[in-house]
Amino acid sequence: MAAITFMKTPAESKLGEQFDALRALQPALPSTTRRAEAFERFAAKGLPHRRLAAWHYTDLRGLLRDAFAPAASPGAEQLAAASAYLQALPAPQGVRLVLVDGCFQPTMSSLDKLPAGVAVASLLDVLAEGSSFATDLLAAENLGSGEAMLALNAAFMQGGVVLTLAEGVRVAEPIDLFSFATARSPVALTTRSLVEVGAGASVMINERHVSLGNLASQGNHALVFALDEGAAVDHVARLDGFPATALHVGTVLARLGAQTRFNSFTLMDTPGVTRRQSFLEFAGPHSNATFRGVTLLDAKSHGDTTLVVTHTAPHCESREYYKTILDGESTGVYQGKVVVAPGAQKTDGKMLSKAIFLADGASMYNKPELEIFADDVVCGHGATVGNLDEDQLFYLRARGIPLKEAQSLLLNAFAADAIEGVATDAIRDELTGSVEQWLRKRQS
Amino acid sequence: MAAVQETVDHVKSLDVTEYKYGFVSNIESEKSPKGLSEETVRFISAKKNEPAWLTEWRLDAYRRWLTMPSPDWSRVNHPPIDYQDLYYYSAPKSTPGPKSIDDVDPELLRVYEKLGIPLREQELLAGVQTSKVAVDAVFDSVSVATTFKTELAKFGVIFCSFSEAVHNHPELVKKYLGSVVPVTDNYFATLNSAVFSDGSFVYIPPGVRCPMELSTYFRINEPNTGQFERTLIVADKGAYVSYLEGCTAPKRDENQLHAAVVELVALEDAEIKYSTVQNWYPGDADGKGGIYNFVTKRGDCREDNAKISWTQVETGSAITWKYPSCILRGDNSRGEFYSIAISNGKQQVDSGTKMVHLGKNTTSRIISKGIAAGRSDNTYRGLVSAHRKATNARNFTNCDSLLIGEHCGAHTVPYIEAKTATAVFEHEATTSKISEDQLFYCRQRGLSGEEATALIVNGFVRDVLQQLPMEFAVEAQKLIAISLEGSVG
Repeated sequence: MAAITFMKTPAESKLGEQFDALRALQPALPSTTRRAEAFERFAAKGLPHRRLAAWHYTDLRGLLRDAFAPAASPGAEQLAAASAYLQALPAPQGVRLVLVDGCFQPTMSSLDKLPAGVAVASLLDVLAEGSSFATDLLAAENLGSGEAMLALNAAFMQGGVVLTLAEGVRVAEPIDLFSFATARSPVALTTRSLVEVGAGASVMINERHVSLGNLASQGNHALVFALDEGAAVDHVARLDGFPATALHVGTVLARLGAQTRFNSFTLMDTPGVTRRQSFLEFAGPHSNATFRGVTLLDAKSHGDTTLVVTHTAPHCESREYYKTILDGESTGVYQGKVVVAPGAQKTDGKMLSKAIFLADGASMYNKPELEIFADDVVCGHGATVGNLDEDQLFYLRARGIPLKEAQSLLLNAFAADAIEGVATDAIRDELTGSVEQWLRKRQS
Repeated sequence: MAAVQETVDHVKSLDVTEYKYGFVSNIESEKSPKGLSEETVRFISAKKNEPAWLTEWRLDAYRRWLTMPSPDWSRVNHPPIDYQDLYYYSAPKSTPGPKSIDDVDPELLRVYEKLGIPLREQELLAGVQTSKVAVDAVFDSVSVATTFKTELAKFGVIFCSFSEAVHNHPELVKKYLGSVVPVTDNYFATLNSAVFSDGSFVYIPPGVRCPMELSTYFRINEPNTGQFERTLIVADKGAYVSYLEGCTAPKRDENQLHAAVVELVALEDAEIKYSTVQNWYPGDADGKGGIYNFVTKRGDCREDNAKISWTQVETGSAITWKYPSCILRGDNSRGEFYSIAISNGKQQVDSGTKMVHLGKNTTSRIISKGIAAGRSDNTYRGLVSAHRKATNARNFTNCDSLLIGEHCGAHTVPYIEAKTATAVFEHEATTSKISEDQLFYCRQRGLSGEEATALIVNGFVRDVLQQLPMEFAVEAQKLIAISLEGSVG
């Protein structure tokens, strides 16, 4: 039988060269070996392509024709641009952590505002110390294992932060985690950050990716959460300023201890190719995880949401709730998977993906998957694809509201449903504002 | 919520150890040499006295098959199949070809009697209460008898074995063979195209409503033999046919391969209803033996207003790998899929459907219920897709599964692809929670909690079972009692 071997694509060969160059520069650290292992894992399979079930609808081998060079450390000009962006925003209530072109910038971060019991370190410093505890947490072993882009992230990670909350620390104000791409030429950004939440502690992480240069960039970002017993985390992720040539892969890895709460929201509203993927494991009983998201796609943008929630412990509850609006010739992807391991009895899992089409050229791919090995569980999933309700539109138009405005009203309500779950008022308002802005842009 | 006791008992009664059709019949047979090669393909073709074009067609398929990798995407595990350790053709010696029922070996007739399939028309007619069913009986690689042929011929309906059709209706076979499932469709379909032995051929002429149910009963008897039948059903403009399929095999310690291809073609305004009660030997409780059921079934609503409906009750086979599909090509065409799959012992089921919407205003409906017990794995895998031009495509999907015991698995892998803004797809998995109101209502009237649950749930399962023709009522009866309480999406 003829064996099928894939040729290395130019991008794959280039990544190999880049990794060799990176390795030559690195000191002998335990993490260096890990990087090499991770690259091996990536190289074994290459860039994910449509013959892999998890990447069937986002064919990176086809989309990533060229692997851009890793971003260089930012110069004064880049830092100034990032500062200017931050200054234009309302003054932050809480701590602000800033990465520019993949490098952590302590001077731009408001470390002086750190509450007691909260520590921040640079990823590279933590790796240099070689503490196996931190590196193990960072590696988040068994979460998203086999995921090629995650392996690539582990091999190339340029920078990031390690945020540690001591037992019982409750941080009232959201912690902003900014990652800027200020590229002068097309670059690749690879960051990995860790949020370690001690027993009974709680925090909100506001993850923001900003592109300033309006140039092509390839982002591969990972955010790892480790929740001890009774911890609670709120998480919001959004993107700003990315051009149609941008590629963004963002991964959230979360391991939940007993009686924890994890609540994540993602707004995807930028052009280009965006894939947000989350891998969560319930390692202890009586925990709750919620994923919500709003995806707004127009022109030729491509938005992919992929989730794998694994119930290893019994008595846990998981919810996924996603809304997608598709205009132009955009492509939306929702792949959700709930895995109930043997023994994870009394699991309660629900998944819902709803999509609305605004234009005929758009495509939506839904794959809500269940994999269940325990008999005393309640799991459900739903997926719908459709149009705006004609009756509702008619009702509004009969009252003198123009078509596009009537559509906006209904779409706003459609998206608001998912945004409601965001805990912080200010952030919720900002998200609603972003949705309104997207709708207004469409209307004009 | 865990399964109720009643459900557990009923599933147990269908357990692999209770397999009723596992007897072996001693019927002398003639086989092809063991193994697979161009020679085997030529041998089968020669046995059937096939025209040259068909031999070439087979050989082409065989050559293509050699270049294909075995599929590994489904959730089933089995040791690699040794394709050289199989007989690809086996026919009862006494019945070299299908002929009049009186010439059929009485021993063979006894086998079918034992299976509850009467092949003598007078016996069928004597049974006043049952409606008439024409049967094509396929034993290993050949069709041994087809009943009611003359009566059907009066209406212009062609119902015969595939081998006969090749000789008597070559123009129809040539036109439609491989037109729904192309030769290179998938690994097993290609293998089937190379070595298919027999099967049924049905043609319903324009405007004819087939006067009786047609059915095929498949039996694998010989050890180490694969069965590769091919069924082709064509319903011409405005025609209607209801077709039933049943299958059993003896208990044997080795795994036997069954790789069939079923092609349905529905032309304008035609309707085909295809029902299967699949009861191949599932292997014993330790997973030893059993049939590998790797089947490609596909229907093509080729012209406007056509309708194809698949109903299946799957209880047998060590491994089931089948996705009866509908290609909704004609405008306003409709596809339906109703399925109950029950797995027990160490059975593995990876089954579902594909609804491919290509025409305008096409609609499809999928109702699937999977029940896994013992150490089995039961997967629903389905695709619903709407092409750019499939304006106003509609789909409704409902798939539920139920687990009984801690060692089994139930999985759902739906793919929902919409490429047109006017598509409306709904996919849901209702969890089994029975409404408290309904339960209260029943209990108030004196039913126990268990009885009330069974009553409500059975009403819920009936939407699949109602699709089965009356003739399958007996088989279905056993399944009706199965409740789906505690099911998960």
